[in-house]
Amino acid sequence: MPTVKTFKPPKSLSGKEFTYCPGCQHGIVHRLIAEIIDELGIQERTIMVAPVGCSVFAYEFFDVDGTVAAHGRAPAVATGMKRSLKDSVVFTYQGDGDLAAIGTAEIVHAANRGEKITAIFINNAIYGMTGGQMAPTTLLGMKTSTSPYGRAAENDGYPIHVCELLKETGGVAYLERTTVNTPQEIRKTKKALKKAFTAQLEGLGFSLVEVLSTCPTNWGMSPVEATEWLEENMKKEYKVGLFVDKVGDEK
Amino acid sequence: MADKTMVKGNEAMAEAAIRAGCRLYFGYPITPQSEFTEYMAKRLPEVGGSFLQSESEVSAVNMVYGAACTGRRVLTSTSGPGFSLMQEGMSYIAGAELPSVFVNVVRGGPGLGDIQPAQSDYFQATKGGGHGDYHAVVLAPGTIQEAVELVHDAFDIADKYRTPVIILADGMLGQMMEPVVFGEFRNLESLSDHLSWSLTGAKNREPHKVTSFNIDPYELEKMNMRYQEKYKKIIANEILYETSNMEDADFALVGFGTMGRILGSVIRRAREEGIKVGLFRPVTLWPFPYDALREAVADKKFVLDVEMSTGQMIEDVRLAVGDSLPVHFYGRTGGVVPNPDEVLRVLKERIEEVK
Repeated sequence: MPTVKTFKPPKSLSGKEFTYCPGCQHGIVHRLIAEIIDELGIQERTIMVAPVGCSVFAYEFFDVDGTVAAHGRAPAVATGMKRSLKDSVVFTYQGDGDLAAIGTAEIVHAANRGEKITAIFINNAIYGMTGGQMAPTTLLGMKTSTSPYGRAAENDGYPIHVCELLKETGGVAYLERTTVNTPQEIRKTKKALKKAFTAQLEGLGFSLVEVLSTCPTNWGMSPVEATEWLEENMKKEYKVGLFVDKVGDEK
Repeated sequence: MADKTMVKGNEAMAEAAIRAGCRLYFGYPITPQSEFTEYMAKRLPEVGGSFLQSESEVSAVNMVYGAACTGRRVLTSTSGPGFSLMQEGMSYIAGAELPSVFVNVVRGGPGLGDIQPAQSDYFQATKGGGHGDYHAVVLAPGTIQEAVELVHDAFDIADKYRTPVIILADGMLGQMMEPVVFGEFRNLESLSDHLSWSLTGAKNREPHKVTSFNIDPYELEKMNMRYQEKYKKIIANEILYETSNMEDADFALVGFGTMGRILGSVIRRAREEGIKVGLFRPVTLWPFPYDALREAVADKKFVLDVEMSTGQMIEDVRLAVGDSLPVHFYGRTGGVVPNPDEVLRVLKERIEEVK
């Protein structure tokens, strides 16, 4: 009998239809997270905290216990959960407005405390759900509905580099920036996510994976143009790579 | 006969929370409640609990949200400015129907104000300080003993109705010392397990979702109506108040919390001078004892409401009493506590007007 491998959705996705736009990369990252939850066998003890933003419904998309936090507060909510249930696996899923603007205090302090949670950070340099406003990660010169003349450093400051900021805090066990623009990069992101969850499972501290992502709708591009724009512009500002990896270090 | 312990209000409420089965505390230091946070930092590890000093009250309330999602007893304490920062989270907690207990040791406001006792957070506590159609149950202790007992009640009410409960204390209650008899340690096994809805990991069951969110207005309206049904039950079952010297009284004093005990002194002195005056003290500020107050003062000549504010509860007192008799007000604010002499003087002035 020949072995037939069927492409199936991961168990840890609920099967609810995603609400994302064509070409949006949230779906890819959702699937990767669900695959990792399946592979690590942690579905029954995982709790997820969705953000405010395009992925506000993420708690419905995963077949695990979940809630949605106030804008930016997911790391604090996750902290409360983890401190209560130490054997649970808690992850937040946050966009750039949520994590890097309104929730800056929460993410920095959760990281610095070495909170044993995992944050998945989707950086697409724009506010999606509210209709394409400037994000803290918007590139200089980039036009958005609230930077109609292009982001100007003098008025709006500079794109914020979350991984570079967090790597200096003591509590971080795993920190990597990736993309999901090509099959190779998707595989790399999956590896990073696995390490991030492993860091939590081993009690090593806080872990975060930043995924540079496209927003074709609010960037005003086709999905293919958006991936090209990400390669040429986002990656120049935000260097892809590993920042902290304490997984597998001397215990 | 249980032993009496001489203890500071903030520490007494913290110990009461632990005895009520609370093992999770998240908070941020602020005067005049910091002893509460310090006590929890020292005491919770001794009983296998978890203490965390958050980076802000905004984070503290969201940590409470997260911990409450897991179905376990959780508390935070703060004072006015910190309580303001918690209002966003309280709205989410009310919407997501998460049992949780908040202690606000009120200080003078608005803004930075000062660190002296006040009652000027009444509106914020009772009328829903955050956005949306919600209420938190508000309990106002008058003594440290009563505060200890109300902390136990607060957790039970929070669990029973899946609602936030606020202990509205003030800087005087937090800072003073009184002899207290503590309740027994609650058997943790006896506490509500909340397993039907809480987030504990979906083992051998469908995943649970806890949220205040619904994008469909008709569904969100249904959620709101469910909250309202719950509030009706709370109004029917949980109203608390205390009266003293009301039977033969010609005049009624109304005050809550610390003010109630000061009004007790006023009544003793007034009665020594032959002035028949009694006290009505609401203990639940939400739900407010409208009917009980109306009945208690129906045959009095007037009501004098006294508060450590420029007049906030007075609006509920007027709603209760209506136009049936005069409702007077006396208050000091900014952290100034009215003394019995000045209240007695105001009482006599009002009596002169009636004559």
